Amino acid sequence: MSKSTIQFSRRAFMRTSSLAGGGMLIGFNLFQACKPKVAPPVDLAELNYNDFNAFIKIANNGAVTIFSPNPEIGQGVKTSMPMIIAEELDVAWKDVYVEQGILDTKNYTRQVAGGSQSIRHGWDALRQTGATAKQMLVNAAAARWGVDAAECSVSEGIITNAAGETLGYGEVVNEAATLEVPEEVTLKDTKEYKIIGTDARNVDIDKITTGKPLFGLDYKKEGMVYASVLRPPSFGQKLISYDDTEAKAMPGVIDIIKIGSKLQALLEDDPSFGSKISSSDKVVVLANSTWQAMKAKEVIIAEWENDVLMESTANHDQMLTGFLDGTQFETPRKDGDVEKAFKEADMVLERTYESPFLPHNCMEPMNFFADVTDEKVHLVGPIQTPAWKAGLVAKMLGREEDEILLEMTRMGGGFGRRLYGDFVLEAAEISDAVRKPVKVVYSREDDMGVGVYRPAIKYRIKAAVKDGKLTGYHLKEAAINDNMYGLIPNFFPAGAVENYQVDTVSYKSNITTGAWRAPYTNFLAYAEQSFFDELAEAMEVDKIQFRIDLLKKVDAEADERIQYAPDRMIKVIEKAVEKSGWGTKPKGVYQGFVNYYCHNTHVAEVADVEIENGTPVVKKVTCVVDCGIVVNPMGALNQIEGGVIDGIGHSMYGDFGFDAGTPMAKNFDRYRLIRMKEAPKVEVHLMQNDYTPTGLGEPTLPPAGGAVANALKAATGKRIYQQPFMKNPELLKVPEEPIIG
Amino acid sequence: MYQITVNGESKSVDVAADTPVLWVLRDHLDLVGTKYGCGIGQCGACTIHVDGTAMRSCSMTLEQLDGKSITTIEGLSEDGKHPVQEAWKEIDVPQCGYCQAGQIMTATAFLEQNPNPTEADIKNAMHGNICRCASYNRIYRAVEKAAENMG
Repeated sequence: MSKSTIQFSRRAFMRTSSLAGGGMLIGFNLFQACKPKVAPPVDLAELNYNDFNAFIKIANNGAVTIFSPNPEIGQGVKTSMPMIIAEELDVAWKDVYVEQGILDTKNYTRQVAGGSQSIRHGWDALRQTGATAKQMLVNAAAARWGVDAAECSVSEGIITNAAGETLGYGEVVNEAATLEVPEEVTLKDTKEYKIIGTDARNVDIDKITTGKPLFGLDYKKEGMVYASVLRPPSFGQKLISYDDTEAKAMPGVIDIIKIGSKLQALLEDDPSFGSKISSSDKVVVLANSTWQAMKAKEVIIAEWENDVLMESTANHDQMLTGFLDGTQFETPRKDGDVEKAFKEADMVLERTYESPFLPHNCMEPMNFFADVTDEKVHLVGPIQTPAWKAGLVAKMLGREEDEILLEMTRMGGGFGRRLYGDFVLEAAEISDAVRKPVKVVYSREDDMGVGVYRPAIKYRIKAAVKDGKLTGYHLKEAAINDNMYGLIPNFFPAGAVENYQVDTVSYKSNITTGAWRAPYTNFLAYAEQSFFDELAEAMEVDKIQFRIDLLKKVDAEADERIQYAPDRMIKVIEKAVEKSGWGTKPKGVYQGFVNYYCHNTHVAEVADVEIENGTPVVKKVTCVVDCGIVVNPMGALNQIEGGVIDGIGHSMYGDFGFDAGTPMAKNFDRYRLIRMKEAPKVEVHLMQNDYTPTGLGEPTLPPAGGAVANALKAATGKRIYQQPFMKNPELLKVPEEPIIG
Repeated sequence: MYQITVNGESKSVDVAADTPVLWVLRDHLDLVGTKYGCGIGQCGACTIHVDGTAMRSCSMTLEQLDGKSITTIEGLSEDGKHPVQEAWKEIDVPQCGYCQAGQIMTATAFLEQNPNPTEADIKNAMHGNICRCASYNRIYRAVEKAAENMG
């Protein structure tokens, strides 16, 4: 057991109260607690319970309800975060009920699903909250017995004293609610865990399998009308005029309005959102049903004005290549002198890799509910960044932030798309104009055609080899709108090569772009890991030993910028070699290897490709993951399997581009997602250790494309430099005499 | 005004003749378990049973139903314990969960037709339903498990 004293008053993030009718409510500010050095923002005496973003409710009958604060997009935090609280609270998981918390608009710093950080950031705060509540219940029981709290023990919500007397949590909860919040609590040792590390099913599984309303699209409110929005069909266009005569006469149509002025004023004031939403005016059909709204939209005749440059994939291609050939880079990391290394090298290898735009294609299309009245602004729906959006809506409508009530629903996928919430602003502007409860619903065509896409990117990697050693490594990135951010330049092989440089440059496009599951690394991992394989081949060294030797050169303690842990990565690699049967496969099985670090998690993947009917097929992926302590293995495995298959699907098939600003696909007839028959079996091995848990929503996706590319090279003898791999079918042809793998 | 039978109950709905069954269920009958994914019969999220056969409700109008009886995810079993639903829970299939009603409806109709499927049978049957979270390994195992439990 370990004593845990947090670095500021526990009262700054926890308060308790008695519940009317009996019971105890513990409110805590998870996301403030995650940044312990931040001073409490307001006078504590004036805090009310709306200021807390997470709650534990313990009823008189001992039932425990945990209001999970983080948005649920399918990554499992609605299950795993409450598991951490329940562990330290010492209750049986089967007695715990979990509900989605409501967002309030003050005093939190991280109520976001994105970056695979929920568990990592919440780990300490969630444990301390559970342990604090437990201590208060024990203190209440000890006071009633007149004994020292230290002599009491707890198991599954039952407190026992030295004399063997017992009290359930429900029996002491009223007294506990009146006690002081203790400043110091004892956290369990990992060996004592009963819930963390055990399999828990998705807490919404019964509702999901019986079709209960859970998602934003399922939400209804009395008097609600449906809105379908006509947005510019091509990027770079603005609305000039429209004729809605026919649409207005259609059955079920309530009104047709134009919106845009409030959004435009917001964007002028706060241009940060400008690359995420079109500033054009839009035409909105309000109708009695989704179908009537969508149908009426189709007959509106609109006239659009074009930008000077209507962008096409062919232009982007030329421009990105021009940037890579040019000199206008920013340099987020530079060690030594790469140019000197190239001059002195025995061998220089340079390769360029390219990837297209990608839409997110959440299965639940974008949607949001807004009900703007004089009293308040009620927003309901699927959003990964509730706080950011509540703030923007308040600013756009000229309302106080505490007039905004935002309720999060379960999300039918996120993948980054629901970080942006352009649809929240639309819903709010529409409801503000018509003063009705409104549900904005995107058709699939709207969703795919008006996205906030993963930007097209090119990477050029150049390596210098001298005396059989890698002496220089130069990574250049040219991307649309934004570049790799933050820590990525300090990922492997940073620190392993004396002369190392990362350069980035971007082209400002009018096509809206943003984060897509594992931003930048979702493509960079494939580029770099393909390059390492090719480099090892050129150097005539073992591909895996080459990576291990590089990792062994890294002194992560001497260089604080280094993000990955070389020793953890080497263990992951060794486990993957062992579990995948690397190098021992029978003729006809072609393997490809990748190790990768991102989102604080170390991963290695081995793809097995076999030839069926003359075509290489990915049959199996062995995936080894070090994410520290695994809170919920059953959920973890699901994330890992999904991440790998998603990574393969988009590497193989994901293709998206533009012709004069018009998206090349708007539905699944023209855009291919991976399906059952193409999905390989994923075999997962989790490293066992006591490191602080890290995220799993993203880190298994980036390596998958690289593992497949390297396996395809083994199978076909051909290197692939462009995603999606299906773009160049000749590269997937197997030679008549198969390569001996 | 149309009369339709949904989950064993007769309902009358007043909608335009071309309204897809999907939106009749969702907007007019408050049966939102059937999901909208693409509207063109490509993703399978809206799968329902029409006289026991799995159909895409987004691509079907009330006129085409012609007196046939509909089952949705809400009516698949009285207590949520159809062997396919039970298998889905046991394997803990869902991630985001949005497509799963359609997956379950496809799997149920398929297993009625083919109670002893091979691996290839299962993969073929489920190939039309997209899962964007890519929970395909678990969908496969759940169908296999349901077949065992039903057999």
